[in-house]
Amino acid sequence: MSITHDNAPGRLDGTDTRPTVVSISNVSKKFVIRKDNSLKERLVTLGRAGRRHSEEFWALKDVSLDIPAGSTIGLLGPNGSGKSTLLKAIGGIIEPTKGTITRRGRLAALLELGAGFHPDLTGRENVFLNASILGLSQAETEDKFDDILTFSGIGDFIDTQVKFYSSGMYVRLAFAVAIHTDPDVLLVDEVLAVGDEAFQRKCLDKIREFQQQGRTIILVSHSLGQVQELCDQAVVLSRGEVKFQGSAADAVKNFRDILEGRRIAEAEAAEPEEDANPGAVTKTEVIVEGREPGAEVQPGDTILVRIEFSHTTPLDRWHSGFKIETNLGTQVYGTDSRMLGLVHDPLRGTAAVEYRLTDVRLGGGPYFVHSFLAQPSGAHIAIQRQAARFVVADDDEASGVIRIKAAARALTA
Amino acid sequence: MATTTPSTTPDERFARLDNEPMVVAGQPSKVFGGTFGIVREIFAHRQLLDLLIRRDLKSRYKDSALGFVWTLIRPITQLIIYYFVMGQILGAARSIPEFAVYIFSGLTIYGLFSEMIAGSTSSIVSNGGLIKKVYTPREIYPLASIGSALFNFGIQLVVLVGATIVTGAIPWHWDILYFFPSVVLVLIYGVAFGLLLAALNVYLRDMQYLVEVLLMLAMWASPIVYSWSMVSDRLAASHGWLLQLYTDNPITLAVLGFHRAFWIGGADTPYPDELLLRMGIAMLIGLVLVYAFHRVFARLQGNFAQEL
Repeated sequence: MSITHDNAPGRLDGTDTRPTVVSISNVSKKFVIRKDNSLKERLVTLGRAGRRHSEEFWALKDVSLDIPAGSTIGLLGPNGSGKSTLLKAIGGIIEPTKGTITRRGRLAALLELGAGFHPDLTGRENVFLNASILGLSQAETEDKFDDILTFSGIGDFIDTQVKFYSSGMYVRLAFAVAIHTDPDVLLVDEVLAVGDEAFQRKCLDKIREFQQQGRTIILVSHSLGQVQELCDQAVVLSRGEVKFQGSAADAVKNFRDILEGRRIAEAEAAEPEEDANPGAVTKTEVIVEGREPGAEVQPGDTILVRIEFSHTTPLDRWHSGFKIETNLGTQVYGTDSRMLGLVHDPLRGTAAVEYRLTDVRLGGGPYFVHSFLAQPSGAHIAIQRQAARFVVADDDEASGVIRIKAAARALTA
Repeated sequence: MATTTPSTTPDERFARLDNEPMVVAGQPSKVFGGTFGIVREIFAHRQLLDLLIRRDLKSRYKDSALGFVWTLIRPITQLIIYYFVMGQILGAARSIPEFAVYIFSGLTIYGLFSEMIAGSTSSIVSNGGLIKKVYTPREIYPLASIGSALFNFGIQLVVLVGATIVTGAIPWHWDILYFFPSVVLVLIYGVAFGLLLAALNVYLRDMQYLVEVLLMLAMWASPIVYSWSMVSDRLAASHGWLLQLYTDNPITLAVLGFHRAFWIGGADTPYPDELLLRMGIAMLIGLVLVYAFHRVFARLQGNFAQEL
C-alpha cells in the first residue's frame, strides 16, 4: 500500500522524484490495559490471573504507508481509530509492537502545545527549554528569539512566569516556538483547534507557507473542511486499519460515509425512549425537485422540506419550522412559519407543512435538517434533530458553505 | 518570511533529504551497542540537559524570598542537629574527634547519593508530560536530576569546607585526593541505580516509596553517624565476612574516602586496608551495573509514553 501512486495532482512539481521522508511498514501497536497498578495487586494477580486483569487492544493493525517529501497528509478517522497513535509512532514517542517506521530529516511534533513548559519559569526561559527539546541549539534559538517573540505577540510578558499567562498566550508562545524549529516533517495533532480565530488564521497561513517551502506535514484533524483545504492527500483510519487512502477530497467523502453509518447505528440504538411530550415531529423529508431521492444537490436546485407533526391534544395556535446545519453543527439557514407569515390551522391529530427553498446555492458537503414544532411564543414543543440529511455536490472552484459565482483575472498595471 | 531559512526551496530540501539516511523512528534500543550510541546522543543533547538542570534548580526555590540560601540553611541545620543531639547529648562525640566535620563529611557524600537516587527515580514520571509528547533520549531526565543533585552537593561541599576552616582542621594534605574516587564511585552507582529505578517506577509507582525506605536504611548501613571502627570492633572477630560485606558496600567506601579526605581529626583512626583497591573494584562492578541497568532502561523505555 502506498499513496505515492495516487492520482491527485501534487502541489509541487516532480512528484515522482520526491524522496520518501517517512516509511511505515506493517506497523501494529498493541496496548495492554491493566486494571491493577500497585505492587500488591500485581503480586496478587501474578501469572495466570494477571492475564485476566489485563486486556489487549490493537490500536494499529498492519498499517503501511510511504509519505513523500513535500506532501501534506491528513489522517482522518473517528475517535479511537488510531490516528494519534500513528502520529506518536512516527514521532518516535511510542514504539510499534510490530513493524518498523523509518524517517529522515528534522522532525517537530505539535502533539500538544506547551508540552514541556514549566509553569514556574518565565516565557523566555521556557522558549529556550522548549526549543532545545525540539532539537534547536542555544545559538539557533538566540537567533530566532525575536521572530518567535514577534510571532507569538506576547510582548513584555515574555519575562513573566508562564503560570500567569492566559491560556491563549500560552498556546501562542508554544506554537511560535514549534514552527521556528525549521522542521522537515511537522506532525500536527488537533492543535489548530485552539486559540482565537486570528491566531488560527495565523497558524494556517504558516502551514501554507511550510507547504510552499516543501516541508512535509502530517495532520490529524476532525475538521474535514480543514483537511480538504490543506491536505493534498489523506488517509482514513478506522479501528486501527487503513480504510482508504488517496486524494483528500475522496478521503473526506469516504470518511463521511463511515461517520454517517455510525450516526445511524447510534440513533437506532438510542431510539426506544419513552416521550411524555404530547407533540411530535413525526416525519421530515427532503425532496430535491427533478432528482432521484438521495442524489447530490446541484447548485440552483429547488429543495422541498416536508414536515409532518402530531399532537395528542388539540393545539389551536402553533408554529412549524426547520434549520439546516452543517455536519459540525453550524447553522447555515433556518426559517419558520412565523417568520414567513404563515398561520397554521389548529392542530387536530396530525398536520403536514411543506417549505419550498428555491435556487439553493450551498457549498459542498452534507447538511442536516432539524425540524421543530413550536408554541406561538416560539418555545419548542418538539424537535426532531438530524431529521433528514442531504449532500450537496462538491464545489471544485471554491470552499465554504455557500456558493458564489466567481471569476478571476489578472490586473495589468 | 524571514523567520525560517528563507533560502531553502523545495528542490533543495528534497535533494538534502534524499541524501540523508532513513533512521528508525525513536531510539535504536534493540540495536547491539546501543549504550554507546546513547552516549553520543546525550552528548548531542547536552544543551538540553543543561537547560533541564537549570529548570530543576530554578523552579525549586522560585518565588521564595531567600531562594538558594535555603540550600545552605538545610545542611547547616542538619549539621547542628547531628552535632548537638548525636554528638553532645547522645555522646557519640566522645569516641570520635572533630565530630561535626566527621558527621558532615559523611552526610555530604551520602546526601549526593540519596538525592541522585530519589531525584532520578521520580524523574521519568514527573516529566511525563514531556515524554508523552516529544521524543528526546529519555536518559536525559534521570541525568538532569543527577545534575541538580550535583549542584546541591557543590553547595554542601562549600559548607563542609567552611566547617573545617571554622574548626581549624583544614584538610590540606595528600589524602584530600580521596575526594575524587569517592565522588566518582557515588556517581557511578547513582547513575546505575538511578536509571534502573527511574524505569521501574514508571511501571510500579511503589518504587519511589520503596526507595525512600531503602535510602534511609542505606544511610544507617554506612559509617556516617557512627564510626567504622565501632563496627569493625564488634564484627571483626566473630563475623569477618559480614564486616567485609559491610565495608565493600560502595556507599561505605565512598563515605570512608570522604572521611580520609576531609576529617583531619581522625587521621590516625583505623581504616579498612586497601581502601583504594576496594574502591577500584567497586567502580568496575559499578560500570558493569551502569551498562546492564541501562540495557534494562532501554528495553523498558519503549513503553514509557503509554504507561505514564
